[in-house]
Amino acid sequence: MPKVKIARKNISLDMTAMCDMAFLLLTFFMLATKFKPDEVVTVDTPSSISEIPIPDSDILLIQVDKDGRVFFGVDGQHNRPAMLDRVATVYNVQFTEKEKYEFSIIESFGMPLSSLKQYLNTPVEARSKFKQPGIPCDSLQNELKEWVMNARRVNNKFKIAIKGDEGADYATMKKVIETLQDQNINRFNLVTSIENRPADMPAKKDDEAAQ
Amino acid sequence: MAEIDSSSSGKGGKKGPKKVSTKIDMTPMVDLAFLLITFFMLTTTMSKPKTMEVNMPDKTKEKTTMDVKASECLTIILGEGNKVHYYEGVVEASTALETTDFSDEGIRKVILKKAQSLKSLNKVPIIIIKPMDKSNYKNVVDILDEMHITSMKKYAIVELFEQDKQLLKERLNILI
Repeated sequence: MPKVKIARKNISLDMTAMCDMAFLLLTFFMLATKFKPDEVVTVDTPSSISEIPIPDSDILLIQVDKDGRVFFGVDGQHNRPAMLDRVATVYNVQFTEKEKYEFSIIESFGMPLSSLKQYLNTPVEARSKFKQPGIPCDSLQNELKEWVMNARRVNNKFKIAIKGDEGADYATMKKVIETLQDQNINRFNLVTSIENRPADMPAKKDDEAAQ
Repeated sequence: MAEIDSSSSGKGGKKGPKKVSTKIDMTPMVDLAFLLITFFMLTTTMSKPKTMEVNMPDKTKEKTTMDVKASECLTIILGEGNKVHYYEGVVEASTALETTDFSDEGIRKVILKKAQSLKSLNKVPIIIIKPMDKSNYKNVVDILDEMHITSMKKYAIVELFEQDKQLLKERLNILI
């Protein structure tokens, strides 16, 4: 039997088109990505069918984790030192320039003012191990109230968002909400993750018009 | 395309520059590009978190309470362990206190039934939500969500009253 000689063919495809596309997508994802900032606390938000997106800027975020610890954070680095100054004056605490700078770069914190200094002087690497007790917000010592009040004095455009964990008990949430209500803040946003509307319950027409 | 072909223009025996293929092997580059795409695709968070707007009554005003007809009211008490207790109207000896849950067949049916029964009278139900301290935040969001789903417009979050506590204690032996 004669051997069938298979012609050796050089298989090289032109990958230019594929390469173009790959880099196009790569560029898109690189530009569209916004890395999540380091979160001091993990909060699993409950889901809702609400479709209102969170505003882009000027957010005052109050986070409540599942153990009922309250964390506070505001948007915009330039707002933070002024806010700290005002709160420090209320409680008669002095902060150095370095501490003010350190404060301006943290996204959110959950320390009572008395031990905030200690937290700010901890090196950044060691902070994750630092146990943050949460901001006191009960009727005896309501620091959250001062923070919210002074943040709003610094920037009156702040919109208030509450990000609570699924497991946070209502007693803590009630304290937070009451703190806001005491300052006549009656409109705020609850941060939720998205959930589909049940198929058998379509939105009513007036509902759509309102959106 | 862009290379200059000088071989033909040269004199007979002179050797022109060697023709080098300009094709490069793009496989590693494409590999790398796709690797990075995969990385960015997985790490990126496209959807921003959603929010739910809540309006609470103004505390500074003197009159924050509103008189409502008992027949239009549905009181929902959020209890411990994802349970929902509800009753219609006001607390009386004959008030039927029922317990259900957050499933599709649970509280949603109750709300819709109430809405249906008031529809003939051209009324909408007024839903009073009373979360117990032991209930969790998820329950509150769930019930507010339920209000959106069932398109209820009149609802309020209120504290538990003394008579509600009494009722819970007597009927269900729940101490608050």
